[in-house]
Amino acid sequence: MRELIKMVVILTILSSFSGGILAYVKDVTEKDIDMQRLKFEKAPAIKEILANATNDPLKDRFVVMDGKKKVSVFVGKVDEKFNFITFEAQGKGFGGDMGVMIGVNLEEDKIIGIGVTTHSETPGIGSKAKTDKAFKAQFVDMALVEKFSVKDDGGAVDTISGATVTSKGVCIALNQASALYKRIKPEILKKINELPK
Amino acid sequence: MAKTLAQEFTKGLWDEIPPFRLVLGLCPALGVSTTMENGIGMGIATTFVLICSNILVSLFRNIIPTKVRIVCFIIIIATFVTLVELLMQAYTYELFLKLGVFIPLIVVNCVVLGRAEAFAYKNKLLPSLADGLGIGLGFTMALGALGFVREVLGTGACYGVNLMGSSYKPFTFMVEAPGAFVALGLMLCLMNMVGKK
Repeated sequence: MRELIKMVVILTILSSFSGGILAYVKDVTEKDIDMQRLKFEKAPAIKEILANATNDPLKDRFVVMDGKKKVSVFVGKVDEKFNFITFEAQGKGFGGDMGVMIGVNLEEDKIIGIGVTTHSETPGIGSKAKTDKAFKAQFVDMALVEKFSVKDDGGAVDTISGATVTSKGVCIALNQASALYKRIKPEILKKINELPK
Repeated sequence: MAKTLAQEFTKGLWDEIPPFRLVLGLCPALGVSTTMENGIGMGIATTFVLICSNILVSLFRNIIPTKVRIVCFIIIIATFVTLVELLMQAYTYELFLKLGVFIPLIVVNCVVLGRAEAFAYKNKLLPSLADGLGIGLGFTMALGALGFVREVLGTGACYGVNLMGSSYKPFTFMVEAPGAFVALGLMLCLMNMVGKK
């Protein structure tokens, strides 16, 4: 009996110490990790989508609450107006979750560009979603209210050959994005007005 | 059995060098040694975990009940691995992206668990420290060497420096998984030849 109690006590102490240390380190590194993610994963997609912006979208960013979830919105200034925004949505690809950055024209509610950020798709096949220009370009000027689906499912989106699941994943992300956009648009407009001109 | 500290340290560099002599830790050794940089990065991460877990296991060896020792080892190891993962995300994000899933997999790396069970649990602090340092360095060297051989043969270059001359046709088999086994086998063979004299 005493041995059993000893085992339980030691395991409990060990686990709680471990948990405590990790929680502390996570707290300390969280900011740096966010910055690194921004720099290496999101920044390239944002810069590509907002290539014409005259400001720095990485600086002009704010957080909008969607229920309890935080959504980072990056704003691009074109023709002296903060008209273009990008934000990220999640889709499910072949290798798991993938992040898709979506650029929207606020006045017309139209897509100005998309870019894949984080993914674990097969290199050379599904990973083309990140690099294939034709695949990404087809989304430009589509309204962000419609339902996106690939041609196999009766939709309008051309798949990347050999990567149907990945292409569907992008559609999932876009559908999620359009629902999200509808919910947070008023908030976005309000925040943009608060930005320094 | 009474070995000096120096002997405990140096045995890991040749006599018991992990992937070759102990034939432990093959999974990360074969998975990440596609380039020298990846191999060394993985080696350093493993070394850190190995040293820390050896120290803690050795310190607590009289408190940890024999029946639940493996669980305790895993908790200790997993804590340090998560720590490494967070730190790498915060400060060396590119390397973290390249090593990917192999970082969390250090938890189940037999080298780390093996040293905790076979050495640190039975020895005092200083020998355990020397053992962890030696085996860790040996592992790093081995992964670096394996990575170097595979990178040079498989791509003809190392760190972007062309070593094989422009007429060399890259032997891409070497950077794929089966090539890792072949490279490992050949290097072990070479080590045995040198060892025999």
